[in-house]
Amino acid sequence: MSPLALKVNGRAHMVDVDPQCPLLYVLRDNLALNNPRFGCGLGQCGACTVLLDGRAVRSCRLPVSLAAGKEILTLEGLGSEGNPHPVQRAFIDEQAFQCGYCLNGWVLTAKVLLEKNPHPTDAEIRSAFAGLVCRCGSHVGIFNAVRRAAQSGKAGA
Amino acid sequence: MAFKATLSRREFVKGTSGLLVAFSLTDSGVLPRLLAATPTETVDSPSPDRLDSWLQINPDGSVRVFTGKVEIGMGVETALAQIVAEELDVRPVQITFVMGDTSRTVDQGGVGGSTSIMLGAQPLRNAAATARQLLTELASRRLGVSPDQLEVRDGVVAVKGQSTRSISYGELAGAIDTNDVLKATGQGFALNVKGTGQPKDVSSYSVVGKSLPRVDMSPKILGQWQYVTDVRVPGMLHGRVVRPADTGAQLVSVEESSAREIPGYVKTVVKGNFVGVVAETEWAAMRAARALKVVWTQPEPVFPEQQHLYEQMRSVTPKSSKETLSKGEAATALSAAAKKVAAAYDWPFQSHATMGPGCAVADVRLDEVTTVWSGAQKPHALRKGFAELLGVPEAKVRVIWVEDAGSYGRPGFEDTAADAVLLSQAAGRPVRVQWSRADMTAWGAKGPAVVYDMAAGLDVRGEVTAFQFTSRAFSGGDIMYLPASAGNYLGAQLTGVRNTTGVDEFAQWGEGTMAYRFPNIHADAHVLPAFFATASPLRTTHLRDPEGPATTFAGESFLDEVAAAAEVDPIEFRLRYLDDERLRAALTTAAKTYGWVSRPSPQKLGSRADTATGRGVAIALRGGTRVATIAEVEVNRRTGALRVKRLVCVHDCGLIINPEALGGTIEANLIQSLSRSLKEEVAFDRSRVTSIDWNTYPVARSSDVPDRVEIVLLNHPEIAPTGAGEPSTRPTAAAINNAIFDATGARVRQAPLTPARVLAALRSSGPA
Repeated sequence: MSPLALKVNGRAHMVDVDPQCPLLYVLRDNLALNNPRFGCGLGQCGACTVLLDGRAVRSCRLPVSLAAGKEILTLEGLGSEGNPHPVQRAFIDEQAFQCGYCLNGWVLTAKVLLEKNPHPTDAEIRSAFAGLVCRCGSHVGIFNAVRRAAQSGKAGA
Repeated sequence: MAFKATLSRREFVKGTSGLLVAFSLTDSGVLPRLLAATPTETVDSPSPDRLDSWLQINPDGSVRVFTGKVEIGMGVETALAQIVAEELDVRPVQITFVMGDTSRTVDQGGVGGSTSIMLGAQPLRNAAATARQLLTELASRRLGVSPDQLEVRDGVVAVKGQSTRSISYGELAGAIDTNDVLKATGQGFALNVKGTGQPKDVSSYSVVGKSLPRVDMSPKILGQWQYVTDVRVPGMLHGRVVRPADTGAQLVSVEESSAREIPGYVKTVVKGNFVGVVAETEWAAMRAARALKVVWTQPEPVFPEQQHLYEQMRSVTPKSSKETLSKGEAATALSAAAKKVAAAYDWPFQSHATMGPGCAVADVRLDEVTTVWSGAQKPHALRKGFAELLGVPEAKVRVIWVEDAGSYGRPGFEDTAADAVLLSQAAGRPVRVQWSRADMTAWGAKGPAVVYDMAAGLDVRGEVTAFQFTSRAFSGGDIMYLPASAGNYLGAQLTGVRNTTGVDEFAQWGEGTMAYRFPNIHADAHVLPAFFATASPLRTTHLRDPEGPATTFAGESFLDEVAAAAEVDPIEFRLRYLDDERLRAALTTAAKTYGWVSRPSPQKLGSRADTATGRGVAIALRGGTRVATIAEVEVNRRTGALRVKRLVCVHDCGLIINPEALGGTIEANLIQSLSRSLKEEVAFDRSRVTSIDWNTYPVARSSDVPDRVEIVLLNHPEIAPTGAGEPSTRPTAAAINNAIFDATGARVRQAPLTPARVLAALRSSGPA
C-alpha cells in the first residue's frame, strides 16, 4: 500500500492503495464513483471506460499508479442534471438504452469520437464502438443518439 | 446521493395512518431504493388484501407504489407508473416505486414469462382504482357534493366547474381505512386483487398510450443510478469464489499460505466443494482468489465431445416424453403424400452472458434478520431459498432487489447471491460477491440445447397434408426458474445440497405456439437427462423465452423448406394456413413495410457475383402476442460471410402502454436475438465449459447491427395488453436463415448461422 494522488473530475484525492491495483477498483471502492462498471476485467467490453487526459481507457486493466498525475474523467464528471453534456442530452432524448449497465463506455466513447470527428459517418461510428459490448442490444438507439449529438453541433464542446 | 429513507416496515406501519405516509420521505424514488438493513424481529411480506400494501400517499400528494415486480431494463417501471397514474388521476411524476423488497412488497412471483404488464399490472390497476374511489367518496362527504359532481386532476379532487372547492389526496389519505379493502385471488404471477373501484374504460385513457420518457433513463445516462454493484454496507467484506477445475471434481486440499500474505486478506471459506475467499478490499479478494492453491480430483469426463453433441442428443434415451399436439392421422397422411420434406435442426447451449457478471451483498445474521441485496428477477423466491439454505424461518430473511444488469431469465444472479450468503455466514460479516466474467459465462446456468426432427407431406396440388414434429431438449427447468429452494443454487450444490426441484420443461410445438392449420399434425417432445446432476456448468434453465427461439428457428425454417418444395412464396404459403386475424395482419403489414414482392424462394440468380442478397420471413406467437419479422441478408458465396442488412418487425401485444419504450425493447430484442442467431454457442470440452469471456463467447458487436431496423407497432386498445419482453426474440433466427436460403439456395440447419456453416451449406447445395 502506498499513498497516491489522483485527480478525478477536477478534484484532487489522496488514496492509500496497492499501486498495481487497477484504477477501476480504486474509483469504485475508494472514491465511490460507481459509473466505471465491472463488465469483464479483461478489457474486452468497455463497461469500465474512463477518460484519461481525454483518451478513453479501460480502467479494469490500468494499474492505478499509471493514472496518477493525469486528469481522470468519469461519467459522473461529464454533466449534471441541470447541465447535461450534449452527448448525454442526445442519449436521453433518444432513450437509447435498456438496462444501461454498459452505457458508461458508450457515452464516454461517443464523446471522444465526436470531439475528434464532429460528423462521423455510420462506418466511423461503428468502428469507434468496435470494442464495446451492449448485451441488451441497444445499438440502434445508441447510433441514433450519436447522430443526434452530431447534428446538434455541440457535442465536440 | 445519500440514502435518506431508513425506515423499517415496522416503523412504517406504526407511523402510518390510513393511506397516509406519516413521514415525508425525501428520497426521490428514482434513485436509491435501498433501505439500510434495520434489524427487526420479523420481516414478513405485506398482505395483498390491504390497500396500503400497494400504494401510499404522502401529505404532499406524491404516491408510493409497492410492487413485487422489478425493472430489468425494459421500462416496466415507467409503464406501471402510467397505469397507476391513469387510474388514480395523478401525474406519473408524482409516483415513485418500491420494487422487489420482500419486506415491503407483495409477492407477485417476480419477473418472468413476459407477464409484468399482462398480469403484474392488474392488481396495481385495481388497487389504484379502488383508492381513487375511496378518496373521491371521502371528498364528496367533506365537500358536501355527490361523487358524480367531482373530478380529479393531478391528485386534487374538485367540484366540477368550481376549481376552488377542492381537496387533495394528501389531505384525504390519512382518513382512508385500508384494511380488508381488497380481495386477493391467485398467487405468484397470477396474483390479483379486486376492490370496489372499477378501472377506467380504455376509451378515456389519457396517460396510458403516451410515449413518456423512461423514469430510469435520464438518471442512468447522467451517472446517478445505483445498481446492486454499488451497494455498500458498514463492515462489508469483498468475496470471490473459486470453482472446481473440472465438472464433478472433488476438493482435495486448499493451501491458504500464499493468500495469507496478501494485505487485506481475511479468510478462505471451504464447505464441501464450495471454495471462496473474503478480504477487506476487492483487489485483495481478487488477488487471494488467484493466489489460493486449490487441488481438485480429476474425475472422468462427463460431457461428450462437442462435435458429437447433437448425435448423442438424438440417440440418448429421454428422461420424459409427451405428445404436445395430435390432430388427424399424420403418419398415414405422410406416407400417402405426393411429396415429402424432412429435415433436422439443431440449437446450441447459450449463455445469458449478462453485461455485469452478477453481484450481491449478503448480511447473514442467524439470530436476527438476514438481509440480501440482489438483482435477480424473483426476490420473493430467493427469500424462500435462502431461508432453506440457512435453516431459518422465512420471517428471518429479507431480500432487497436492486437493479443489476439485464438478466434475461435466470442467469446466475441467484447463484451470486447464494455465494454471498454462504460467505457472509462463514465470515460473520456482510460480504459483497462480484462474479468474474468466467463465473457468469462459463458457470451461469445455460439456455438448453435442443434438436428437432420434422417432416411434412404435400399433395399433388402442393397443399400440406401432414406435419410431424419431434423435439429433444435439455430441460428448460433443470434449474427451476423460481429460485425458491437451496438446491437451486450452484454454490449450495457445491456444498452438497442436491437440486430436487427441477422440472421437465419441453421444447413444445403445441397449443398457443402452433399457428398453422394443417389437416394432420403430430408433435411430440422429449426431455433429455442432464449430463451431470450436480453443479454442472451445462445445467439448464430459462434464457429469454425458454425454448421459444430454438423452436421457432427450427419450425419456421422448416416451414420455409416446405414452402420452397411447394414452390410458393413464403408469405403467401403461411397465409394459406393461418386463421388468426391478428397474426395475418402482422404478416401482411410486415410484407408491405418491407416491400415484399411475391415469388418462391430461393431467388433465381441472375449473376455469379460473390455476394447475393435475399429476404426471409418468420412469425411467432407467444402468450397472446403476435410477431412477424422479415430479414434481408447479404451472403458472400465464396466465404460464407453474411451480413444482415435490414430487419422489419411487426409487433401486436394488444393495448400499448408506452409506444416509444415498447419500440426500444423490441429493437434491442431484435439485436440480441440476431446475436444469438449469428454468434452464440457455448463451447465445452469433455470436462468443462470453455466459453469464459467475450472472446470465447462472442456476441453481436456494432459491426453486426443492420443498417435499417424498422419496428411497426399494431395497437389494439380493445385487447388487454400481453407481453413484449420475449416474443420478438423468437422469429429472428429463422427470418435470417430463410433469407440466406432465399439468397443462395443453401439451407443451414444449425444455429448459430456462422460463416463456416453457411459455407458448408453452400457446398452441399451444389452449384447455384
